[in-house]
Amino acid sequence: MTYQEDVAVVGFAQSPVLRHGEGTTSGVEMLVPIFAEVFRATGLAKGDIGFWCSGSSDYLAGRAFSFVSAVDAIGAFPPTAESHVEMDGAWALYEAWVKILVGEADVALAYGFGKSSAGNLRRVLALQLDPYLMAPLWPDAVSIAALQARLGIEAGAWSEAQMAGVAARSRASALTNPQAQVSGETSAGKLLEQPYVAQPLRAHDCAPVGDGAAVVILASAARARELCPRPAWITGFEHRIDSASLGARDLITAPSAAAAASAAGAGDPAPDVAELHAPFTHQEILLRGALGLGDGVRVNPSGGALCGNPMFAAGLARIGCAAREIMSGRAGRALAHATSGPALQQNLVCVMEAR
Amino acid sequence: MKQMAAVLGVGQTRHRSRRTDVSIAGLCREAVDRALADAGLGAADIDAVVVGKAPDLFEGVMMPELYLADALGAVGKPLLRVHTAGSVGGATGLVATSLVQAGRHRRVLAVAFEKQSESNAMWALSIMPPFSMPLLAGAGGYFAPHVRAYIRRSGAPEHIGAMVAVKDRRNGSLNPYAHLQQPDITLESVRSSPMLWDPVRYDETCPSSDGACAVVIGDREAADAAQAGGRAVAWIRATAMRTEPTMFSGKDHVNPRAGADAAAALWRQAGITDPLEQIDVAEIYVPFSWFEPMWLENLGFAAEGQGWRLTEAGETEIGGRLPVNPSGGVLSSNPIGASGLLRFAEAALQVMGKAGAHQVPGARTALGHAYGGGSQYFSMWVVAATPG
Amino acid sequence: MNQPLSAPLEIGFDYTRSLGPTLSRFMSGLAERRILGARGADGRVHAPPFEYDPVTLAPPDELVPVGPEGEVISWSWMPEPIEGQPLEHPFAWALIRLDGADTAMLHAVDAGSPGATRTGMRVRARWADETTGHIRDIVCFDPVAQGPAPGPERAGKAAAGEDAAPAIMTTPVRLHYQHTVSPGESSFLYGLADGRLLAQRCPVCQKVYIPPRGACPTDGVPTADEVELPDQGVVTTFCVVNVDYPGQRVAAPYVAAAVLLDGADIPFQHLILGCDPAEVRMGMRVRAVWKPRDQWGTTWENIDHFEPAGEPDAPYESYAHHL
Repeated sequence: MTYQEDVAVVGFAQSPVLRHGEGTTSGVEMLVPIFAEVFRATGLAKGDIGFWCSGSSDYLAGRAFSFVSAVDAIGAFPPTAESHVEMDGAWALYEAWVKILVGEADVALAYGFGKSSAGNLRRVLALQLDPYLMAPLWPDAVSIAALQARLGIEAGAWSEAQMAGVAARSRASALTNPQAQVSGETSAGKLLEQPYVAQPLRAHDCAPVGDGAAVVILASAARARELCPRPAWITGFEHRIDSASLGARDLITAPSAAAAASAAGAGDPAPDVAELHAPFTHQEILLRGALGLGDGVRVNPSGGALCGNPMFAAGLARIGCAAREIMSGRAGRALAHATSGPALQQNLVCVMEAR
Repeated sequence: MKQMAAVLGVGQTRHRSRRTDVSIAGLCREAVDRALADAGLGAADIDAVVVGKAPDLFEGVMMPELYLADALGAVGKPLLRVHTAGSVGGATGLVATSLVQAGRHRRVLAVAFEKQSESNAMWALSIMPPFSMPLLAGAGGYFAPHVRAYIRRSGAPEHIGAMVAVKDRRNGSLNPYAHLQQPDITLESVRSSPMLWDPVRYDETCPSSDGACAVVIGDREAADAAQAGGRAVAWIRATAMRTEPTMFSGKDHVNPRAGADAAAALWRQAGITDPLEQIDVAEIYVPFSWFEPMWLENLGFAAEGQGWRLTEAGETEIGGRLPVNPSGGVLSSNPIGASGLLRFAEAALQVMGKAGAHQVPGARTALGHAYGGGSQYFSMWVVAATPG
Repeated sequence: MNQPLSAPLEIGFDYTRSLGPTLSRFMSGLAERRILGARGADGRVHAPPFEYDPVTLAPPDELVPVGPEGEVISWSWMPEPIEGQPLEHPFAWALIRLDGADTAMLHAVDAGSPGATRTGMRVRARWADETTGHIRDIVCFDPVAQGPAPGPERAGKAAAGEDAAPAIMTTPVRLHYQHTVSPGESSFLYGLADGRLLAQRCPVCQKVYIPPRGACPTDGVPTADEVELPDQGVVTTFCVVNVDYPGQRVAAPYVAAAVLLDGADIPFQHLILGCDPAEVRMGMRVRAVWKPRDQWGTTWENIDHFEPAGEPDAPYESYAHHL
């Protein structure tokens, strides 16, 4: 892909993902320390940020305009160019990237946050569904994912054992991620002994509910190298959405993920590492296929969403973790994926490389 | 390097207190279908969609862009949903514009809506979490003290608010889409309407409306093709957005710095040195009538403390030096999520020459403006009949 | 150091959703115990119907009857049903392709146990005793034995017909949250419980904020330094509230004012009582009127209102920069 400007990820920080974070639903307590961390790492101050964009949802907070309080964390005075999406911070990052492309900023910051512990997450997500035909039945997010999981199992696309394998591998990887909520050594076999929580899903098949926040800083070519010794250059950044009609679309493929990956030039060449936003184990397997990731690709060295899923920050954190693989020298080419909506309805792909 | 972008088409709904004849998708489609028809395009010509609306609690649908993907023709396309409080309609237009300016897409559909009659806007805005200060007044009660402060600071005579209300409602009666149609409103009727939050009277406040607005934005090639086909376009000459915190020590609630900074950046980008002279018409977000003189000052059309003189002299009427809100503005229609985009769209209609009965004759350069929250989010654009 | 305060936050509204032409016809059908689908331009029948054709984006021309039986194409088990779901005992969620349809519908199957549930099983809609034109007119689906489908159900009470005017459905939404306040606000509230007004100073700009916020809004850093303020100050600006709104405590007219406490660098909104609203003016000095001590808690409401202090007004210049 060629875009108007070369833009790179130059900074990333995330809060520990906690089952019950101590902060508020405004996100300020989670954001202030990670802003400080990412400013320290890059040498930037708030006045250097040309555009801010956040991702969050009022329905996690139970308040209209809940994102407004988060603006306190940025110290938006003198006034700044700032915007907000009611979506995962990955899409806020996309909006920030576009601002650099048009030359309105040369350094931009995107953040996402969510305090899921304040409410009943799997229940409130039912409100994402068709308001006339589905939401009044309150189909919870775990049950929707379970319907998708069974379709795949019965079509031979994945098995419960493979799903458990994803969980075991993720938890082991998360041992090296100090921010992860869940980690540990276990085996697929041990996990399969546990009871179902929403047959065919077991607890390990579902991302834990937790609170957290993430921040990513982007810079144009002119600034990137002064802020980071090894920037993660964005070579592809695309997103697409599928139909909301769960009964009308093929739930075991994710056409929007495949289309985003193709448009972003994901396989050309194949990445060394991929961070996939898969809150359910079967979804990682589905996405590997949709994104064309072969066995040689390391998936979710951070542990992924299965080990820590701060709503509205988890997708952004995937981009940050993938970028970190490049910034640390562990990878030359990385793919990050974010999702929104029930059963992988909307998908975003960000491809980055070292130069 | 920013590419050129232009408005190719505009559509909006008939705004009403309750649009019980349509679903949420139907409300959006009414505006979208009109915008596409106005642009002479079909859904297949749209590369990306940007949806804007205010709090999800108004309709009780979480992230409604997910449910709307099918109706908006966005399946298989990029879809974004922005939310910057009351200014969201403006932010929607600006994000869509940026996508074209960045060379990401050729034609982008921006759609902003609110179907607030599904619940009750006052209820949604009055939800106070535990341990908060008890709520003392609704939205008007938040702004009324700042109106009082403006009157004190500027020495404005007290009938200015009523003059704005009369003007905007009469203008609304020239606009078939406007919610409130009040051709017979008078200064006397406004000044005798109930005092809600002293000094703000009932007839000086915006309605609660269901409505949607859609704008198709295209690149240079798309705009040239439209013009070659005999269709008018509105060239987007400048855009700006700024944010400041809702509350901070020393905040100027009457003349917020974020608004002034955004306007200064906007005029600079557009090459405008004398806004009063060079802008032919302004669609400004005025939900309470006194915001007209306040924003005239904040935007730089008048010196601080002098905005009310433009109003009083009739200069903001159609026919005056700077017609403000010939569409009737937010005082005539207020679907909260859409109101900002309506300002942007009406500015475009003016320079396209398509504003019908509320057309300002000869309008070539127009301002669209939106603000939201506790006077903290500001977004604005300048559109013109020529690329500049 | 006290724990940050938290308390339940309940949000509820009965949303009134207007359906538009297509869904009105569908819901009218449900009221008559009929399920309708939409035939798309590509010939596929969608049940429930689409509002806009996936290919042409046009509304459907015709709605066609489907079901009332169908086949489960996927299912999951709900061992502990959540508030609002179709059944209160364990049930299966399922995607059900009704006879005559090419797409599936999401609903509940009262299968009894996961062992009795399988993909491919036949199910039939169970109707509510009283139908109103709502997706819950179908209570759930029941397993059926193999064999020919029974005849059509008896017509429902709320007969509407295909030409019925667009209708409205009501969806109650009740959500439950546990709301937590920030450590700064908690300290402030604990101070109020002791009759003290504890503001916080920002270490960068040195401004004194009351109530304290999660971070200084201009500097983005926590405001940790505590500053105790007197319970008196100045009205910087105000309005007289003449209108009722949900949850109000005091009958109109009353004054809602921005009160700048002595030593604070930002006003907050509070109630002014104890004089005719017409006497309130910008610059008026006021003092807090507390509730009886035995009614105090960790809440702003310990201060019932502010009243005129009977002192000379503050000069305009002393508070003008807060307007």
